[in-house]
Amino acid sequence: MRAFKQQAGLVAPLDRPNVDTDIIIPKQYLKSIKRTGFGINLFDQLRYVDEGWPGKPLEERELNSEFVLNQERYEGASVLLARVNFGCGSSREHAPWALDDYGFRVVIAPSFADIFYNNCFKNGLLPVVLPEGIVDRLFDEVAANPGYKIEVDLEAEQVILPNDESFAFEIDAFRKECLIKGLDDIGLTLESEPIIRAYEANRRQQSPWLFDVISPEKIS
Amino acid sequence: MAQTLYDKLWADHLVDERADGSALIYIDRHLIHEVTSPQAFEGLRLAGRQPWRIGANIATPDHNVSTDPVERQGGYAAVKDETSRIQLQTLDDNCSQFGIAEFLLNDRRQGIVHVVGPETGAVLPGMTVVCGDSHTSTHGALGVIAQGIGTSEVEHVLATQCLVTKKQKNMLIRVDGELLPGVTAKDIVLAVIAKIGTAGGTGHAIEFAGAAIEALSIEGRMSVCNMAIEAGARVGMVAVDDKTIDYVRGRAFSPRGSAWDAAITHWNTLHSDEGAIFDALVELDASLIEPQVSWGTSPEMVSAVGENVPSPDDFDSKVKQEGVARALDYMGLSSGTPIKDIRLDRVFIGSCTNSRIEDIRAAAAVVKGYQKAGSVKQAMIVPGSGQVKHQAEQEGLDKIFVAAGFEWREPGCSMCLAMNADKLGPGEHCASTSNRNFESRQGFGGRTHLVSPAMAAAAGITGHFVDVRDWEMKA
Repeated sequence: MRAFKQQAGLVAPLDRPNVDTDIIIPKQYLKSIKRTGFGINLFDQLRYVDEGWPGKPLEERELNSEFVLNQERYEGASVLLARVNFGCGSSREHAPWALDDYGFRVVIAPSFADIFYNNCFKNGLLPVVLPEGIVDRLFDEVAANPGYKIEVDLEAEQVILPNDESFAFEIDAFRKECLIKGLDDIGLTLESEPIIRAYEANRRQQSPWLFDVISPEKIS
Repeated sequence: MAQTLYDKLWADHLVDERADGSALIYIDRHLIHEVTSPQAFEGLRLAGRQPWRIGANIATPDHNVSTDPVERQGGYAAVKDETSRIQLQTLDDNCSQFGIAEFLLNDRRQGIVHVVGPETGAVLPGMTVVCGDSHTSTHGALGVIAQGIGTSEVEHVLATQCLVTKKQKNMLIRVDGELLPGVTAKDIVLAVIAKIGTAGGTGHAIEFAGAAIEALSIEGRMSVCNMAIEAGARVGMVAVDDKTIDYVRGRAFSPRGSAWDAAITHWNTLHSDEGAIFDALVELDASLIEPQVSWGTSPEMVSAVGENVPSPDDFDSKVKQEGVARALDYMGLSSGTPIKDIRLDRVFIGSCTNSRIEDIRAAAAVVKGYQKAGSVKQAMIVPGSGQVKHQAEQEGLDKIFVAAGFEWREPGCSMCLAMNADKLGPGEHCASTSNRNFESRQGFGGRTHLVSPAMAAAAGITGHFVDVRDWEMKA
């Protein structure tokens, strides 16, 4: 996984609550069997006026000029500023894949839905929770100042504004370490193999019915 | 110390815990479908890893499958969308390469993964269950920790049989009293979400309890737990009781003989202890719950059928007011319109929320002896699995629907998320028994109204919403 230490970047505001993962990446793009290439369809229904589908040529798409990411001033943004309960709904990891593929490295919101929040960490994307009042202020500042950039320092757990004012955020120690070092979750868990085996042996004795095998032969 | 049901199941599955509270949890059952698994299998291949315990996995195609009876006969080859066809074929290929059991397309046991798991006994009380699908919370109805996971976690579970996670807080949602006739499990859970909001359960495992929950069938409890995620909670659960054990008895993968006896001894301990402490408590009186209808683009935007579409001014915060205004604009509804005046273009009865046999029976009871409204372009009944379909046909329910002008389809996720050909057109209103009314969820520009199966069926007959409590059932 790509490591994340800090990010200084342009902020794009998405001013609506409860942005669900269907909005972030609509279902027709979930038919892909790859992890990449979702960026051009990020927020598809908001970004384009016409209905999109996988492989539809970009020149056939009609951009919604009012949508924030289609405005020149937000071109190249790497920090997404969002509202409460961002990422609710479907567990699709295609949502962080699409945000990442588009170029976002950080999402700031007053709150996130659990599964989305968790999925971000598997992809080097940092979700930052800041109090609603501060997020309100950031929305105002972004609107008032074209080219508004902030810095997010994961090591120090700080969001730093252009005037050097900073806000602390919190992150679980383990998640932080994995992001900073770009660690592979599975490799780490497999270091605990003896503990898992011991648990399994014990459990198999206590509750043997949990270990009945479901196999292709059994269901044929 | 008195423990909650969630505390007990968590302790049973705790493999290791780190200083910051993150933990390794052992996973008993992993359910797999075609949409969220291809990248996970590819990850295994790239790393040269094998599944940790192959026999813990079970797969079935559901999201992309055709529900058209004729197309279905043609297998995957008849699926017109090439990307769907490749994704379906990739599931079969991956399962066969790794040796994972899969209920194939035209096997009677195929269906929506959350219907198939419990009905085959692949999911048993006391388990931990995961699937790359947020509606995995459904299985909590059997007294299990069941949660949706992302694709990276699908790969992690395949490779290690464990999930890295953190213990959730405990929330008790107590629904006491008795439901009025015509009011269902779906109405309970919609009323819960309307009350606590779509983020109300974030960070919590919800246990649903109280007389009204105890009175529900296991199918009804599944409908409730299914939508825990719409209240923000990854995990929803109900304690084990006699109904749970009766439900599990004799299913294909249920234990037998002495293993069964040992299992039920353990299962009978799967309830919250008297005096167990919950971090949050929500109480509802079931007798006050009316049939519910969603009018917006979030599952918390719900009213009783007798009410009017609200106004943004009815909400307190500016963010909420703007959200409601945007939703009403999308839905093409104006404030003050009676819910009963909302006209429907299509009806969808199905999805992992409401496609089990009792849902089909409830819809059939309403439809029997009536005709679909001429203004309704399509009313689809999509059973949750081949077994549900078979059972319904044994009872003659398919004939009731067909006689009324409703379509009787093959099992799959269908128009709940419209990954296959079943979808709404722009601007169309749908009475849907599914779980999400998000923008374009059921088709580009489509407008979803979440309701119970009986409410959807009645709307299909009249062409607009009616209070199903007033419905005249024909014998």
